Amino acid sequence: MTSIRVGHLYPDYLNIYADRGNIAVLSRRAAWRGHDLELTELGMGDPIVPGAHDLYYVGGGQDREQLLVAGDLASKTEPLKEAVTAGGAALLAVCGGYQLLGRGYRGFHGEEMPGVGLLPLETVAGERRMIGDVLLECELDPGDPRTIAGFENHAGRTRLDPGAEPLGRVVAGFGNDGESGYEGCRLGRAIGTYLHGPLLPRNPWLADWLLAQALAHRTGSEAPTLAPLPDTLEARAHDVAAARARARGGKS
Amino acid sequence: MLLAAETAAARGVAALSRLVGAGAGMTIPGKLLSKLDPGAIDRLAARLPAGTAAVSATNGKTTTAAMAAEILRPRFRLAHNRSGANLVSGVASTLLAAEHAELGLFEVDEAALPEVLRRVRPRAVCLGNLFRDQLDRYGELELVAERWREAVRRLPADTVLVVNGDDPQLGVLADAHERSVVFGLDDRRLARPSLQHAADSKYCVRCGTPYDYAAAYVGHLGEYRCPNCGHARPALDVAGRAVELHGLDRAEFDLVTPEGTRRVELALPGLYNVYNALGAATLARALGSSLDEIVTGLSRFVAAFGRFERIPVGTKRLLLLLIKNPAGANEAVRTLVDGGAPRVAVIALNDAIADGRDVSWIWDVDFELLLAGLDTLVATGGRAAELALRFKYAGLDDPQIVVEPDLGRAVDLGLELTPEAGELVVLPTYTAMLALQRLLAGRGLAKPYWERAA
Repeated sequence: MTSIRVGHLYPDYLNIYADRGNIAVLSRRAAWRGHDLELTELGMGDPIVPGAHDLYYVGGGQDREQLLVAGDLASKTEPLKEAVTAGGAALLAVCGGYQLLGRGYRGFHGEEMPGVGLLPLETVAGERRMIGDVLLECELDPGDPRTIAGFENHAGRTRLDPGAEPLGRVVAGFGNDGESGYEGCRLGRAIGTYLHGPLLPRNPWLADWLLAQALAHRTGSEAPTLAPLPDTLEARAHDVAAARARARGGKS
Repeated sequence: MLLAAETAAARGVAALSRLVGAGAGMTIPGKLLSKLDPGAIDRLAARLPAGTAAVSATNGKTTTAAMAAEILRPRFRLAHNRSGANLVSGVASTLLAAEHAELGLFEVDEAALPEVLRRVRPRAVCLGNLFRDQLDRYGELELVAERWREAVRRLPADTVLVVNGDDPQLGVLADAHERSVVFGLDDRRLARPSLQHAADSKYCVRCGTPYDYAAAYVGHLGEYRCPNCGHARPALDVAGRAVELHGLDRAEFDLVTPEGTRRVELALPGLYNVYNALGAATLARALGSSLDEIVTGLSRFVAAFGRFERIPVGTKRLLLLLIKNPAGANEAVRTLVDGGAPRVAVIALNDAIADGRDVSWIWDVDFELLLAGLDTLVATGGRAAELALRFKYAGLDDPQIVVEPDLGRAVDLGLELTPEAGELVVLPTYTAMLALQRLLAGRGLAKPYWERAA
């Protein structure tokens, strides 16, 4: 049994799209493999200690809450980069958290909200919100193509730097900016995405991928292959969500 | 008389659409009228001799408006949109259908509130609460709150603003309007040990500091104070005290008003219905009802459709509780569990526009409380599998979860698992509730909602 140490950033502020569903899925799926998920809440003023966590989670918030944490998060920039970019901890950032991990967010009236600059991207507010079901195709591990079904609701248009790796290709929905045809960003073991739903219950393979990366960080070895689970309900939920995306994604 | 010709045409459409059973004729004539003459609603409302009153909230607006109607009925002939058609078109249709009404009483959708207030210029407005709700449809709570603040700034000076002071976003509105009346709960015995996960407005509306709560009652509703800038719940003009909750059956409380204190007995359970009753009482008081009329009206009130409604099916009964967002669903769950956690539950999750196409909100509901007694969950509706996952990751074992997307078969299965003379709990989202209603009407068990007395 290995203890996987998860640092959950600002759970009191960034929790708007049922982020606790993602945490519940990580926790149960770790337990079903005999591992223990050790969850630490990292709030305002709490320090980030590089090496202390194997997986970081940042959820989504309303504009107001996002603004309330932005300053505090900016003060954590260096230790967070040391932990993730240099140290190889895994990370999942959803929606508002995804935007904050880029270089920054420029609001509709030109106001600037600084980001951490951990992910190679920046975000600019658009006129219309992009709302709806989304289906992605992705290949985090070469030769292992997968799909992700989720829901997006964002005013920000996120542009990846040239050469940056997206999380996936948009099959249906808007994605990062409604134009590029890509969604999210992947940098090593870090993933940022607009997709909630929440993301992990109906995409359990992604939960397992994150757990495997976290275990690799914990043990300092290769990412292990986790024992398969009977994901029948998960597959049904994924298929319904995927069908919704094909029927009505990217149309609002 | 252009208006007369338009209203006659629109009424004709209403009769026609009732004949074909399309949406019960509730919004089509209103839509037509709005197209023909956008100013017609304003003029129809202005004709009502006793004026109009509006009720809005994320949760409880249907029940609050229906309670107010029960109180006001002896005093006024009402034009009341009791079917829940609460957009501008629904208000227009109600105005069209009620030729001899004296007072307009409108439940109004949160997003439609600013336009309705601008058009009907009500004598009184009751604002009950703001919770996160169907983010894909309404946007962020802060956005709705900002629109409400703007709408309050534009209210006629003589309009009475009735607000739930326990909600920080609404309490602050009382300062913005001269003629304000504040209601709230004043019974710390009922406070929850901590803020719920789904609590929304927990940061000071003025400075962003987390509030200190002397008591948190429902979601973020309670007795709050900002430790930084001192923003606090305003003084209550009308308060609920000495609340007694009696499981799934009823609730009672002291209604404390400047005119005196009276015991109110509600035939509805749950703390959130005490809030609804306080809102209805305060609104009716602003419209001239006496304390006697208020107490009598509230005690006479029975549930609005699907809101804790019981429907006999043979020797068994269905207990319907509408769920539509985390705060409302949490109160439904809390009230159910207080009455003894059910062994079987049918939960119907749809994702049409009226339900919210984004179903992520189910993960913010504290369904874990139901696990204490639950043997079988029947997950149904278009997103049955998603709901099943919610319970699987809450800790319910796979064999205890049945996924049956067909609503009729799901209810039948639930009834089979319910003991003789027992009660089956059904928690449907909005369109699932309407579908269930059609299903029961088709089986001769319930009247269509448009044929019901309120």
